[in-house]
Amino acid sequence: MKKKRILALLLAAAMVGSLATGCGSGGSGDGGSDGGNSSEATGKVYYLNFKPEQADQWVELAEQYTEETGVQVDVQTAASGTYESQLKSEMAKDEAPTMFQVNGPVGLATWKDYCYDLSDSAVYKDVSSDDYVLKEGDEVLGVAYVIETYGLIYNKALLNNYFEADWSTVKSIDDLNNFQALKAAAEEIQAHKDDLGVEGAFTSAGMDSSSDWRFKTHLANLPIYYEYKDRGISSTDAIEGTYLDNYKQIWDLYINNATCEPSMISSKTGDDATSEFALGEAVFYQNGTWAYNDIKGNEVADEDLGMLPIYIGVEGEENQGLCTGSENYWCVNKNASEEDIQATLDFMQWVVESDEGRDMLANEMGFVTPFTTFADYLPSNPLVQANEEYNEAGKTPVSWNFTTMPSENWKNNLGSALLEYAQGTGNWDAVVSAFVDGWATEYAAANE
Amino acid sequence: MQKAIKKYFPIFVLPTMIAFVIGFIAPFLLGIYLSFCKFTTVTDAEFIGLENYLKTLDDPEFIHSLWYTALFTITTVIIINVLAFAVALLLTKGIRGTNIFRTVFFMPNLIGGIVLGYVWQLLLNGILANFDRTLTYSEWFGFWGLVILVCWQQVGYMMIIYISGIQNIPGELIEAAKIDGASPSQILRNVTIPMVMPSITICTFLTLTNGFKLFDQNLALTNGAPSRMSELLAMNIYTTFYGRAGWEGVGQAKAVEFFILVSVIALIQNRLTRSKEVQQ
Repeated sequence: MKKKRILALLLAAAMVGSLATGCGSGGSGDGGSDGGNSSEATGKVYYLNFKPEQADQWVELAEQYTEETGVQVDVQTAASGTYESQLKSEMAKDEAPTMFQVNGPVGLATWKDYCYDLSDSAVYKDVSSDDYVLKEGDEVLGVAYVIETYGLIYNKALLNNYFEADWSTVKSIDDLNNFQALKAAAEEIQAHKDDLGVEGAFTSAGMDSSSDWRFKTHLANLPIYYEYKDRGISSTDAIEGTYLDNYKQIWDLYINNATCEPSMISSKTGDDATSEFALGEAVFYQNGTWAYNDIKGNEVADEDLGMLPIYIGVEGEENQGLCTGSENYWCVNKNASEEDIQATLDFMQWVVESDEGRDMLANEMGFVTPFTTFADYLPSNPLVQANEEYNEAGKTPVSWNFTTMPSENWKNNLGSALLEYAQGTGNWDAVVSAFVDGWATEYAAANE
Repeated sequence: MQKAIKKYFPIFVLPTMIAFVIGFIAPFLLGIYLSFCKFTTVTDAEFIGLENYLKTLDDPEFIHSLWYTALFTITTVIIINVLAFAVALLLTKGIRGTNIFRTVFFMPNLIGGIVLGYVWQLLLNGILANFDRTLTYSEWFGFWGLVILVCWQQVGYMMIIYISGIQNIPGELIEAAKIDGASPSQILRNVTIPMVMPSITICTFLTLTNGFKLFDQNLALTNGAPSRMSELLAMNIYTTFYGRAGWEGVGQAKAVEFFILVSVIALIQNRLTRSKEVQQ
């Protein structure tokens, strides 16, 4: 009996003991690394990256930095469309990201309480203009690190085949400078798709969450841009939707002259559209400079890549350029420890000033940056060069006004309405309502 | 010995208790507290009272997902239990290859929900593509897609429970019924079903709560598309919490309401079926 009791006690002790050591070893491990860091008085960097296209390059860059300086840099990339949710849960942790991203003024409104004032930082001093930072009063809370451009990416080889065909009405790329010409070209290509050996004029207008932002956000920028321009404003609490008929025109053109039936688009993904374009199955593909990484190395040669402005049928659009702006702003978490903030600022400075960082950003990631340090580092990305050509030709770039869209929910509702309209299960009035009425209610809800 | 167990009870219970408190009680209480707060991350909450709960009531998508989930649960509970019971009856008749069939039927249950969701998405979209439709064409395509998926996954599991229930029926009861001249359908109605009532309790409980709590499969199969119309409750909570800036507290409030709803329904169901159980 006594033996048994001792045995039971021993067992219990062993159980509790193992539990305690289990926790203990974890704790001491953490403590050890913390101790090591503080004795060297260096912090560490944790960057939550928004752009999955460049996920691998960021990890590589972080490793280079660690090798050079010994400072630990962790890079995590959120999967497409999950950045906000991942940021939300990561920020609640003890080991929160020290460096994160917001997508513009609306994104900043959610996170401004977490943003460190960057006005004394080296990165801010390197920015060429205040147009590329997010300010709240005198505080600089976000710094853009990439300027991007989007439009209608097209396949020059296929389009030339079209220009040369005897049934085509548009005969050169210079004539393709308004909506009427674009519509004629797209519809003729669609009608003669077998002659050209393509599946459709446009890639599938996928409304899967990996692709729907191309339409509910990027395409919707154009009617907003023209309305802002007419009214002379840069943001609004109530949109009027004066250019929604144009939005309908271009959306109709996309869905009716694509590689798939409009009823199929709900499950088409971003990858589907990219591969259709990269394999030469479609002539036009609405996307931006960032898509180059996914297109290159396939059927379409680099010299065959071009980008057209998205024409929606507005008077004087012959002078419209590509859509250029940024929705990628670096922020530093002000709740991080002082060493970590310093380490993060150092890392950011290294990224925009060192040769390795500049080479990686410009050549590997293909970014155009707003930093003055990048004068000798212009990316080889042909889509970026297309934009240069438009700027040199004196076309007016379309600014990115979608950063003033009132909320994610607004975009989602618009996307749903667009999809239902395309499928034939909804009508255009629902899109108008989501656009105009939705703007007012979402703006009110977000700013209450 | 009894005394010894009593004496050392705290020591033995402690590890589990600690894990239970850390992993369940603490987050649960924090969650209830957060449902009365406005917050961006869970560590910076500000108390605002009942506002979140009021917002849940006039969120049309929440109301939609409420009845959509209810309909889904009713459908799956009926189909899964009827199918599982039928298969269990068949596989206790001693036909050849019974064990292989049991294994095959049970196997889908071993695959994770996300994987299943994507696999079925490919399968169903592949079929629907012939008709120029996809699963996310309308909420009802998604609905039946989910029903098929969940049935395929859970029938095998419930079947095992029913099989053990059927095998536990004493052979003499059936024999006696046969001698008394009962037809097979009478035996089924008056002997087999009353005798497997405990299994029915368990299976309806499991399918009912599974139906309400379904998330992975929903996420992978339709992700709520189109227009968040194929969103079940759990996913509606998730998208409210993560998808809308400033609505984290509302998502949390929905989660609390969800918990209350599921517990109440499960308790009622348990009482109803329990009362029909017979003592052997």
